[in-house]
Amino acid sequence: MAGTDTKAAETGDLAALEAGLDALERPAGPPRRGAGPARALLSAVLPPLLAVGLLLGAWQLICMAEVKPRYLLPGPLDVWRALVDQWYEGTILGVIWESVSRGALGFAVATLVATPLGLLVGRVTPVRMAVGPILSGLQSLPSVAWVPAAVVWFGLTDATIYAVVLLGAVPSIANGLISGMDHVPPIYLRAGRTMGATGLAGVRHVLLPAAIPGYLAGLKQGWAFSWRSLMAAELIASSPDLGMGLGQLLENARVNQDMSLVLASILLVLVVGVGIELLVFAPLQRRVLRGRGLMDGK
Amino acid sequence: MSSVLTEAAVRIEHLTMSFPAGTGRQVVLNDISLSVAPGEFVTVLGASGCGKSTLLNLVAGLDRPTAGSIEIPGERPALMFQEHALFPWLTAGQNIELALKLRGMAKGERRAEAERLLELVRLGGAYGKRVHELSGGMRQRVALARALAQDSRLLLMDEPFAALDAITRDVLHDELTRVWAAQGRLSVLFVTHNVREAVRLAQRVVLLSSRPGRIAREWTVDIPQPRRIEDADVAELSQEITQQLRKEISRHGRH
Repeated sequence: MAGTDTKAAETGDLAALEAGLDALERPAGPPRRGAGPARALLSAVLPPLLAVGLLLGAWQLICMAEVKPRYLLPGPLDVWRALVDQWYEGTILGVIWESVSRGALGFAVATLVATPLGLLVGRVTPVRMAVGPILSGLQSLPSVAWVPAAVVWFGLTDATIYAVVLLGAVPSIANGLISGMDHVPPIYLRAGRTMGATGLAGVRHVLLPAAIPGYLAGLKQGWAFSWRSLMAAELIASSPDLGMGLGQLLENARVNQDMSLVLASILLVLVVGVGIELLVFAPLQRRVLRGRGLMDGK
Repeated sequence: MSSVLTEAAVRIEHLTMSFPAGTGRQVVLNDISLSVAPGEFVTVLGASGCGKSTLLNLVAGLDRPTAGSIEIPGERPALMFQEHALFPWLTAGQNIELALKLRGMAKGERRAEAERLLELVRLGGAYGKRVHELSGGMRQRVALARALAQDSRLLLMDEPFAALDAITRDVLHDELTRVWAAQGRLSVLFVTHNVREAVRLAQRVVLLSSRPGRIAREWTVDIPQPRRIEDADVAELSQEITQQLRKEISRHGRH
């Protein structure tokens, strides 16, 4: 049995005990390996570089074996030369910019349309019952299927291109937001309600911020869909009236039977699409996930 | 003014809650009448299936009762869960500030009040910490500070320490007793299945029977604070209550 004095002393020690527990219990970060940033970069960059090198080597070997005549299957160096020629012609940056700006504008409009749509479908049950399955269905429809219809409706204009980009990107952004909201742990909503975050305040202060990881995943996928749809549209809707993007560059090269330039264009489409994903969306997603302790590292 | 002083922090009268089950309805809570006085600390004790969480959800206004009434003068009660339920997109301090904002506090005053509340639960340096950077005990203390930020006169606690290890839980018992005493007229309705925890904390222990939950017995705890969970008088009363609890549970084995 403890006396009153010892009890008082023990209560005085509570702060010290608590500080000790806090220090011990704090989740310790993963042990840092003693690697500098240069080494970390090297270990991240080296494996994909090696893989690309191997691919190029295999490509070169197939060329040298003359499986197909040279004008049908040019080697890596021919493609590189085609790229360099394009560079000296001074038009290639304009072509890339044409596609990127179309993609960015289409993606931005798709985001503006898909966000309220996703909110509506996610929050209002009758709307969800009605529109939810259509959105899921649209997401699995390849947007290239819309190109012929869009060409008939809008002719060979920018409207065709943007219509196809929107139809490709809106469903995946909206679905990302919906699934982000569906996966919000109910305890957050209950905690919000007990604090008085009901109705719009609940959406603004609890539901939306909690759904951001899913929303970002949807945006990332939305960009991939925008880019794909854009390329499909540019390939088919090729006309002198339209500004020249990567898709048109590719189509023109095919018409001119310039296989080196065809392959160079395909490479550019790939590099630009992946590059934007890596430079814009991946860092954004990393930052959000790390801030919430959903991903290792600082 | 005198009416405020005599008014209960919560008055539950003939509360009944049932859910549809199969062809009939399952009664979860049956005719519960319970009042908590201003500044009183009451624990509701019961085995699983006694509907203690249902009771708290009803008092918190998250569910509607089938019959009976719950009167709470003043603002909505604050509620603390077994999970910390802190928002991971905000820092510890911002979590508290959100509660202050929702309560209507002016923007300029929030930061200082959040710092004061963190200081109260002895987490002075934790304002900028993200939830995942805090230990389990620290998270529950931030959750306590966030609940206090609502400045409600009634604090509901749903087994808030059940997921913590024994040493941390012990420390948080001391913390809660201290904070409750420091808050003055804060009433606490604390739900648990841990008999010693109930006796360690409360001025009054209410035992609920299971299926349906009814008030089986009540004890007033006269042991002066600060108590320790291993004190002999705490142990003695716990033993008496445990016996009663076992009796209540055994009734369900006979058919």
